[in-house]
Amino acid sequence: MTMKTSHAFLLAAAVLALLAAAPLLIPDYWTGVLLGMTGYVTLATAWAMFSGPTRYVSLATVAFFGVGAYTVAVLNETLPYPLVLLCAGGIGMVMALIVGFSTLRLAGVYFVIFTFGLAELVRQTVSWWEVNITYTMGRYVFLPFEGRHIYWQLLALAAATFLISWGIGRSRIGLALKALGDDETVAAHAGVDVTRIKLLLFVISSTIITLVGAIQAPRWTYIEPSIVFNPTVSFMTLIMALLGGAMRLWGPLVGAIPLFLLFEWLSVSFPDHFSIILGLLFILIVFVMPEGVLAKIETLRKGSPK
Amino acid sequence: MKNSFSETIHSVRHLTSCAVAAVALAAGSTGLMAQERESVTIGYVISKSGPNAGGADMTVTPNYELWVQEVNAAGGLTLPDGSQLPIEVIAYDDRSSAEEVVRGIERLATQDEVDFILPPWGTGFNLAAAPLLARFGYPHLAGAAVTDKATEFVERWDTSFWFMGGSADYVSAFTDVLVAERDAGRINNSIAMVSVADGFGIDLVKAARPTFEEAGFEIVYDQSFPPETSDFATIIGEASNSEADTFVAFSYPPHTFALTKQSTVVGFNPPVYYLGVGAAFPIFPGVAGTNVEGVMSLGGIDPNNALNAAYRAQHEELIGRAPDYWGSVLIYASLQMLEQSIERVGLDRAAVAEELSTGTFSTVLGEETRLENNQLRAINWVGQWQNGEFVAVSPEGGNGLAAVQLPKPDWE
Repeated sequence: MTMKTSHAFLLAAAVLALLAAAPLLIPDYWTGVLLGMTGYVTLATAWAMFSGPTRYVSLATVAFFGVGAYTVAVLNETLPYPLVLLCAGGIGMVMALIVGFSTLRLAGVYFVIFTFGLAELVRQTVSWWEVNITYTMGRYVFLPFEGRHIYWQLLALAAATFLISWGIGRSRIGLALKALGDDETVAAHAGVDVTRIKLLLFVISSTIITLVGAIQAPRWTYIEPSIVFNPTVSFMTLIMALLGGAMRLWGPLVGAIPLFLLFEWLSVSFPDHFSIILGLLFILIVFVMPEGVLAKIETLRKGSPK
Repeated sequence: MKNSFSETIHSVRHLTSCAVAAVALAAGSTGLMAQERESVTIGYVISKSGPNAGGADMTVTPNYELWVQEVNAAGGLTLPDGSQLPIEVIAYDDRSSAEEVVRGIERLATQDEVDFILPPWGTGFNLAAAPLLARFGYPHLAGAAVTDKATEFVERWDTSFWFMGGSADYVSAFTDVLVAERDAGRINNSIAMVSVADGFGIDLVKAARPTFEEAGFEIVYDQSFPPETSDFATIIGEASNSEADTFVAFSYPPHTFALTKQSTVVGFNPPVYYLGVGAAFPIFPGVAGTNVEGVMSLGGIDPNNALNAAYRAQHEELIGRAPDYWGSVLIYASLQMLEQSIERVGLDRAAVAEELSTGTFSTVLGEETRLENNQLRAINWVGQWQNGEFVAVSPEGGNGLAAVQLPKPDWE
């Protein structure tokens, strides 16, 4: 078991090193693709960290993502960059705590609706603030980063996310989570502090999502609410995690990579029909593989006669 | 799992080697390329879907299509040696997302290796594109981007060109009209001003507050409204109660149309009635469903300018609808300047940028169009609906501008 784990770690480290070296070998465009892909892998993994085991479908991804990006836009000229990132993470964490305290008792569809509303609420609040308090709309981020610099930061964050996710899975919390996912009431009776665990996961997951937004912000130079609070980010994250399987460590990655490449291919080959094909695809995923690709493969394997 | 990872890397690397080989091949045969080249590729990333699609489809995309059709119908782009090459277009949809703009431009520059890149729609997306275009060495003809910081941007990216002016320009030209009216004793000193709480509205209102006040006006009503607003009864009521003779709305098309309709209903008809984006659309009188004579806004054309009239006719014939009275003609002029630069200096992008910066061009704006510090300044800043057309105006008229006609007549 330990041998296996250490082998897996060695392999992961090798893959990581290879990925980190990639921008030196490939053209800028493919660095951009890797960057986008790493961003979504991180988002989907962070999303699944909370939403997988608790089965709380969150559409608040873009609320945190946007807050991260906006923090960088506001602070990038006044603070050194590492501090800006720290601030972004801190703001995301505080926001997740407040939101978590007030809403994690909601369940099912109410939570989904709330989180969707949250994204809109944050966007409107930022707009209101900019209009009435600061009198600016649209902020500039002039940081000397090229695609590959942003990509390296995202890659580091992705690696950290996997480590955290893996660590949680092996800890006592992971065990409590399994119980929680199966039946919340039973878990609570068995002595699991359900609310605290949910809150903890929500905060970790949201902080990571905030950081993804913060790291990606310098890529757009100009930031305004309609640019960073784009609901598509929430939907893409969700569908990627669901495709791969939100209950597994590698599930979101298995979903994010092929979907991202597919989107890329679609937007190159069918620029005029992208949205239609995307919609059809979503429907297909929900109908054919509601539990995700990995679960589907497992079922097929078990089901096939040997 | 790990297999899929390494497979991805493998395929990426495979593509890399293909790309490297292609580049090597291209570099090796540059000498031949000049003769063997069969077309000039021009790429752009534009919002074909999402919230920006409407604006892009009104002002930018039709002009790109019109220009390409016209150039190709005439045999293609002319090069300095007199030969002609047709334009081949590569167009992507940015789906109104800044990240897609960035990746689309990276794709056009490093994957498709197009000869020139035309800009996306909107101030925000033009700024997302600017650093990349500068880094990859493409001239950036920022068309649909209103910004007061153009001078700063030109310093930062010296191959960027700005064609639509800044908020302060539009506001100060309009203020000149107001000052003349007030000094003639036709309007009072009060202004009622509303603005949409979004990029355009905020930018304009920020420029307008100090400009109006410096000119001695008093802003008696100053209200911003969220972009989703569709009921303007309260706003119109309060603007009306303020007894200001000047009503200014820095609005987007849905608000522009709704404000007009609702003003008509309650008979709100101040002497000066100024609206934002949408009032310069040819469909405005139809959508407003009323007599829009005297309504003012940004932009405007000179109806006596034969070049402009020919452009409008051509646009209507090839695209099937008329261009707007504000940004369209500026975008089209920027394309003509690109075309003429290529004819003079060839396809070398640095040379084209230099020519755009220093040359004089014959465009639909006039026989001698040139940029000042990489910015187009020969723009019509204030327009007014007069006799069914949205014409450029100034207090006295002259120099291609009509004299403003105030007070605005009744709606009906």
